Amino acid sequence: METMTMERTFRRPRTLRPVVTHYCPGCGHGIIHRLVAEVIDELGIRERTVGVAPVGCSVFLYNYLDVDMYEAAHGRAPAIATGCKRVHPDLVMFTYQGDGDLAAIGTAETVHVAARGEKITTIFVNNAIYGMTGGQMAPTSLVGQKTTTTPAGRLVERAGYPIRMSELLATLNGAAYIARVSVSSPKYVVQAKRAIKKAFETQLKGLGYSLVEVLSHCPTYWHMTPTDAAKFVEEKMTSYYPLGEFKTPKEEA
Amino acid sequence: MTEKLFMTGNEAIAEAAVQAGCRYYFGYPITPQNEIPEYMSRRLPEVGGAFLQAESEVASIYMVFGASGAGARVMTSSSSPGISLMQEGISYIAAAELPCVIVNIMRGGPGLGGIQPSQSDYFQATKGGGHGDYHLLVLAPSTVQEAVSLTMDAFDLADKYRNPVMILGDGYIGQMMEPVMFEKSHSQPNLPTKDWTLTGAKGRDARLIKTLNLDPVILEQHNLKIYRKIQEMTKNEVRVENYMTNDAEVIIAAYGTVARIAKTAIQILRKNGIKAGLVRPISLFPFPYKAFEDVAQRVDKILVVEMSLGQMIEDVKLGVCGKASVYFYGRVGGMVPSYEEIIAETEKLVKEAK
Repeated sequence: METMTMERTFRRPRTLRPVVTHYCPGCGHGIIHRLVAEVIDELGIRERTVGVAPVGCSVFLYNYLDVDMYEAAHGRAPAIATGCKRVHPDLVMFTYQGDGDLAAIGTAETVHVAARGEKITTIFVNNAIYGMTGGQMAPTSLVGQKTTTTPAGRLVERAGYPIRMSELLATLNGAAYIARVSVSSPKYVVQAKRAIKKAFETQLKGLGYSLVEVLSHCPTYWHMTPTDAAKFVEEKMTSYYPLGEFKTPKEEA
Repeated sequence: MTEKLFMTGNEAIAEAAVQAGCRYYFGYPITPQNEIPEYMSRRLPEVGGAFLQAESEVASIYMVFGASGAGARVMTSSSSPGISLMQEGISYIAAAELPCVIVNIMRGGPGLGGIQPSQSDYFQATKGGGHGDYHLLVLAPSTVQEAVSLTMDAFDLADKYRNPVMILGDGYIGQMMEPVMFEKSHSQPNLPTKDWTLTGAKGRDARLIKTLNLDPVILEQHNLKIYRKIQEMTKNEVRVENYMTNDAEVIIAAYGTVARIAKTAIQILRKNGIKAGLVRPISLFPFPYKAFEDVAQRVDKILVVEMSLGQMIEDVKLGVCGKASVYFYGRVGGMVPSYEEIIAETEKLVKEAK
């Protein structure tokens, strides 16, 4: 029998630890973790990257990424990253934050890290729900969306409107790169990786704050199958949260 | 810098921090301690450090968390309402065993309160403040010169125990100008190597600074580890001044600015034939219980004077343990007890005894 030597083109990124994650089946976090790991590998920055994990489902991010990490209090990742970055300006800092962390309890820190133009990259995972605590309303839950604290669906007169953080942050001079992507299908995953890479490159070039909002799916607390959840992202979420780049570094403008 | 300088307590604390190796400051303006951030904003860039005016006290304390985790000597400062906002972060810093120095120049509370001096954050500073089992090491200066030496020591103590240290001053200490010299009075050699800082995982395993332990067995072990450090502090770091206590028939207990006023009162009382003495806690945590246990053997009456409605008195009573009667005199809301008031209170106690 003829033996064939084939080039290996797909492998676990060095930055991604060979462990099983605690995420539910169909969760988007695993995909996003992998994208971050691939980008860190491709840029060759693993040994000078420090990450900040949030409070939320992705609190255990440090179990999966093989880089130095802080675990932040809820919403405070940008402040911790700022403190570290001011001490070690040569490090590559990133925060990984969910919607409750970034757009509710940590809104002040989020706005000001961007306004200061800290050379920090944020991966903002927006799945429109509080996963870790069991499916309560997020600041990004859609109008009408049923959660355990909006049993009749999110009513505007009671809970107001979901926040479009990318659009809001793009108005700030200190924000250099702001993009919204999705990981609901392979095509979007490829786009998401491109944006995450661009965000890290923005930091490496010293251009300012960068953030990639990733629309992600939560089949468990959306009470959907993984395929229906992906469909929900593409049909419902992207119509309220349009994909695209909202701010790109000046050098490219 | 060994010449005498004339400075406010706030500026002296800031300069002492710089001379102790503090290179990073994160804070939010609040009266009566604004001279600290203002001083740091011009001084730290001169020594290759960084000053950042944060968006809030909440953010400030987490910037301290980040900078300390990165291995730097770092501090923040605030006054009572701002320190309340920092309590969450202080709990996380204690849990993560990160060294840092926090200065609280106390003003009257509760709520927005006022901007005049107070000592009403004693409970918050010494008994926890934030959630969970931890203690700050709390040092209370009563002169600007002492604020300098305690601030310098605070950075060493923070590194020694990997625990936040608080300088607890009142508005008078912060605002008052006195001549000071910047000479390091104490030194703590053999500080532990910082082999836990986050600098990028180059040529070593990745490190993690965290406070979450979902396994109760592990969390209990972590709590006990912090508790053992607290016990070590309690054994090694008690500081107290005994002033004219040897022949005293009545003891006044006070710290900070009130202790200075009490000294004036004691000098006058002695001229009037009343042998009064002062026990002045310098470390509020660990508290000098033994000093009070000792004086309680010799006197029947102890008068606690505070700019609060009775906070330190609880620790004095624990030290005295029923062996003497403990009385209280306090002024609040920014009002400061005068030496005349302290004299009158002391004379009243002595007369009752006769």
